[in-house]
Amino acid sequence: MSAYVIGVDVGGTFTDVFVWDEAEGRVTTTKVPSTRGDQSKGFIEGIGQLVATFGDIRTVVHGTTVGTNALLERKGARTGIVTTTGFRDVLEMRRRDRPTTWGLRGAYTPVVDRPDRREVAERVLADGTVMEKVSPDAVKAEAQALREAGCEALCVFFVNGYANAENERIAVEAVRSVWPNAYVTAATEILPEIREFERLSTATLNAYLQPVVSSYLDRLESGLDAQGFAGQVLIVQSNGGVMSVGSAKRTPVRTALSGPAAGVIAAQAIATAAGVENIVTCDMGGTSFDVSLVAGGTPALAPQTAIDFGLVVRSPMIEITTIGAGGGSIATVDASGLLRVGPESAGSDPGPVCYGLGNDRPTVTDANLVLGRINPDRPIGGKLDRLDIDAARAAIARDVAEPLGISVEAAAEAILALANAKMAGAIRLVSIEKGHDPAKFSAMPFGGGGSLHTGALIKDVGLRSALVPRFPGVTSALGCVVADMRHDRVQTVNRLLPEIDAGALGAEMAQAADETEALVLASGTTFDRIDRAYEFDMLYLGQTHTVAVPVEMGEGLTREAMQAAFDAAYRTAFGRLLEGIPMRVMNYRVTVIGRRPAFDMALFAPEGGVGAAEARTGTRRVWAEGAWHEAGIYDRLSLATGEAIAGPAILEQPDTTIFVDPGLTARVDRFGNLVIERTA
Amino acid sequence: MIDPVTLAILKGRFEQIADEMDATLFRSAFNPIIAEAHDASHGLYDAQTGETLVQGKSGLPIFVGVMAFAVKAVIEKAAERDGVAEGDVWIFNDPYDGGTHLSDFRLVKPVFRDGRLFCWLASVGHWHDVGGNVPGNYNPAATESFQEGMLIPPVKLYDRGTFRQDVVDILSANSRLPLSLYGDLNGQINALELGERRLHELLDEYGRDRAEEALAALKDRAATMMRAQIAQLPDGTVSAEDWLDNDGITDEPLRIALDLRIEGDRMVMDFSRSSPACAGPVNISRSTCVAACYVALKHIFGEVPANAGVLEPVDFVIDEGSLLSVTAPKPVGGYTETILRLIDVVFQAVAQIAPGPAMACAYGTINALSLAGHRADGRRWVMFSFFGGGHGAHGAGDGLNHGNAPISTATIPPLEILEAAYPVRFTQWALREDSGGPGRWRGGLGAVYEIELLEERADVFLFGERGKVPPRGVVGGDEGAPNRFFYQQADGEHSPPMVSKMIGIHIARGQRVRLETPGGGGYGDAFARPADEVLADVARGYVSEAAARDLYGVAISGGAVDDAATKTIRKEAAE
Repeated sequence: MSAYVIGVDVGGTFTDVFVWDEAEGRVTTTKVPSTRGDQSKGFIEGIGQLVATFGDIRTVVHGTTVGTNALLERKGARTGIVTTTGFRDVLEMRRRDRPTTWGLRGAYTPVVDRPDRREVAERVLADGTVMEKVSPDAVKAEAQALREAGCEALCVFFVNGYANAENERIAVEAVRSVWPNAYVTAATEILPEIREFERLSTATLNAYLQPVVSSYLDRLESGLDAQGFAGQVLIVQSNGGVMSVGSAKRTPVRTALSGPAAGVIAAQAIATAAGVENIVTCDMGGTSFDVSLVAGGTPALAPQTAIDFGLVVRSPMIEITTIGAGGGSIATVDASGLLRVGPESAGSDPGPVCYGLGNDRPTVTDANLVLGRINPDRPIGGKLDRLDIDAARAAIARDVAEPLGISVEAAAEAILALANAKMAGAIRLVSIEKGHDPAKFSAMPFGGGGSLHTGALIKDVGLRSALVPRFPGVTSALGCVVADMRHDRVQTVNRLLPEIDAGALGAEMAQAADETEALVLASGTTFDRIDRAYEFDMLYLGQTHTVAVPVEMGEGLTREAMQAAFDAAYRTAFGRLLEGIPMRVMNYRVTVIGRRPAFDMALFAPEGGVGAAEARTGTRRVWAEGAWHEAGIYDRLSLATGEAIAGPAILEQPDTTIFVDPGLTARVDRFGNLVIERTA
Repeated sequence: MIDPVTLAILKGRFEQIADEMDATLFRSAFNPIIAEAHDASHGLYDAQTGETLVQGKSGLPIFVGVMAFAVKAVIEKAAERDGVAEGDVWIFNDPYDGGTHLSDFRLVKPVFRDGRLFCWLASVGHWHDVGGNVPGNYNPAATESFQEGMLIPPVKLYDRGTFRQDVVDILSANSRLPLSLYGDLNGQINALELGERRLHELLDEYGRDRAEEALAALKDRAATMMRAQIAQLPDGTVSAEDWLDNDGITDEPLRIALDLRIEGDRMVMDFSRSSPACAGPVNISRSTCVAACYVALKHIFGEVPANAGVLEPVDFVIDEGSLLSVTAPKPVGGYTETILRLIDVVFQAVAQIAPGPAMACAYGTINALSLAGHRADGRRWVMFSFFGGGHGAHGAGDGLNHGNAPISTATIPPLEILEAAYPVRFTQWALREDSGGPGRWRGGLGAVYEIELLEERADVFLFGERGKVPPRGVVGGDEGAPNRFFYQQADGEHSPPMVSKMIGIHIARGQRVRLETPGGGGYGDAFARPADEVLADVARGYVSEAAARDLYGVAISGGAVDDAATKTIRKEAAE
């Protein structure tokens, strides 16, 4: 009998399904069109293609964009805010920023309209003193009014709630007493951290998403149940860990970067299995290029991100740096005669000129096509039958080659060089800026387009190698299967180090960890083991930016240990310590990770396979380094372990095309990955 | 000649170096004006002339134009003394040479390659306190720069690699907040060291010759691009004038006037009709004036790059005796107000010939408000912050509510951080109704901030503008609401005689101050704004029903547009 663990990643265009049959030790994958409107349909259809009996499924792990899309398209539920008198505009006033430095043409639409933001008298001071107690009756009246106005969700947010949540707690109870509703959020329940706009924004977006994400998850579960499914559904969070459906319904804001996070987790797992500790993941889409850093086997986390201008979510997230360089990025020569690529993009619709869907300005994909890197007769993704290479050539000739006075090939290569330079810049930014040596990192491309550019990145940035997973097109779905369960918690402390009773603080943190662990265990998932991590946000008195300071709890916490940990972290970040200035502890953070049973990457090893000569399907003219080469074309998936191919060469597979630049060699490792390195 | 591809790539690499320097200082700075408000900047400057080669994208926009003057001042000083040596770092804050005001400390470092000077790196940051009569240095009553803070001419902080602690001792002794000063100084040194390392890595890879060729080519191209932008404007002269409320000493308005002449692909910005130098601190140096024009042009023509080439096709006419071109010791501490007005006149002039890319005036004042006092245990505290207002409307939309100033990318500190750090509580932090300038597109809303003192006593200082002459609209749009400030005393609420400028008023525990900031100007005729958009503004409380009727000609009753009445009002107005 089979026992399936299934990863499903629903993207804008495709739903990727990754099925791991634990009993048989087999993996199968498929890609089906995403069903907009109700993602659960395509989801269940995709699984149905690979699994005969839904009753055999133990776990389904899901990377979802339902939350992200609802935020970007402002399609969350009508939400009300009840807040402290005098502060109803905190959400709309943001941190007094603007979307772009130059050109004062910014606009901002808050997710909660002004009439739906109501005030009640109450006040807590910064030291936690309750100056004015909240009146439950006043709260009830405002809640009723919002309900009658048509709100489905509500966020209660009081100034300085992080220092004392008592008034918020009373208010939330009052709301629930007159309006029994699962979609009532107290800001400090979501984020008991100082900084009012960030806390309110995170909590409000959570409330705003709750009805949408909850109803989606309900539809998904009942759809699965109707097929006879009796297992467990888990949801991938932006921090790269999974959570139960119950947690996802309570804190949907944690799914804001669910899909991309799953991709990074998969990349980490693949690399770790292959013995590579340090990677930069490269996800190239139609409009953007996303990079993320995994150093020492651990993905970098960012404390907050903006999903869009003013839509700030503050909760730990896999740190993804996005630049405007995708396959659809448009190349132009500007008024000063300088070549530019992006940030303007034709996206995937209408897409590059060669798609023939209406765009006539040359893109990165058009350059790849003209230079022979892409097969015009076998477009990736299956949407088109063939690509119009003549139209691509004409567009590059008109918009780039002629204005610069160079050949079409040179122009196309220039477009790629510039796109590669931008990607290289993004990689430098995430690696070098953090003090890492790029020579110790490997690039891992995923998604459809990245594998065309990794060779250039090895050369430009001085990376050690590239590691192309066996199925780059379904990486995020694989990430769902391998992700651990993870819950993060934060609490503002905001006190000087010498004033802190370290023993008591340590006990409080251990207590928080116990509660968080209980949440992890309550999911009913099986774990190999549970890990805990403790961290402080600390700074010198007078600074406003904190440094993340990991600490070991061991036998309990001491001030000396905290100081030593801060010194080490500060020195790493900035080089020099500042003698004689006291330190402040802003927040503590607790993370509990339930390690799920490991997935054996050896399942990807090619079974049998053939030699390079046999896998060769033909040749194609490819332009590289200023000249045409007759490059061999290979069927990537039929290559046996250990086979090596020297560049220039093209390796094709249904979900991606890999270009091996001259001077590089690609070799199949025992997990089916392709390792591309400088030719020895 | 350098090939276009290498050039484009090197452009990105150079910009990244400056950006990384910005990021390093923001993360390690001590005072929130740098760390949160990003009142700092970094760049690479020409070895011989000091001209801007490349500047970071995340620093304060006004510095983009002004830093070249700072580097030039160091080049001249070094030439007078014993020349430029590897391992030197110069430090100074002289605003007459380097632009802006005394709070901005500049560190300037020559970068040598194989024993020869390759370029200069510079870092500027706004320090929390540099002495003078007023904590935080916004002294609206200053008549000489000596009352605004210490003035340090270019001196060496590092002499051939040796750190000069004596210089730091002098600086520290002259600040109310020496620890903050020390922290920011270290952050700026970190940034310069990082920039030098990155630059050498780039030169290792590309070589000196190619890098120099690229920098020269980038300058040429910036000039070409700016000329192309100017050539699209019709030839001829347009004029705009606007006013500062007063200089803080005498309550007389000061005129900023621009005659903008387009001649083919060149532009002349003539400020001759502006007021002469004034007694108070709203004067600026010529370098600051030029830099402000650059900021205004870049807001309108967004694609022009941040290097010296941009100003090549622009000529400036600025009278020596004008308030736009003063020398020591004329006070310049409030330079922000004057350059905001300069930007406003550029916007107003350009709107007459290029309404497409034009924007109405933004709120136009930095509103530097400080509250300072001593705690029960004797420790001094200084709460100092800039406050926001509305952006101007433009041809494609309403202005942004509660934005930051056009010369800055500053964010406002969280009120919870301020309350945790200082003995105050905010009683209001809200958008200001009816503050956006009416227009087909409405100006963004200003804000109301009200603060109550929780200690025994504090001194209050304010440096603001736009209290008398509100932000203007363009293309027929109306003006936003003016700046207003109130403070409580035992006998009730008061406003300062200089409207938005005030020093050393004492308030006691429980008393409040309230700042009501301007909205942005409107764009186009307010009576052409669709009635349903006006109704939505009323529903949101952005616009009152009275203003809807009087300023937009839209009658609203019972939460709906009264179509008949609206038609009548608008018809009458048209006749």
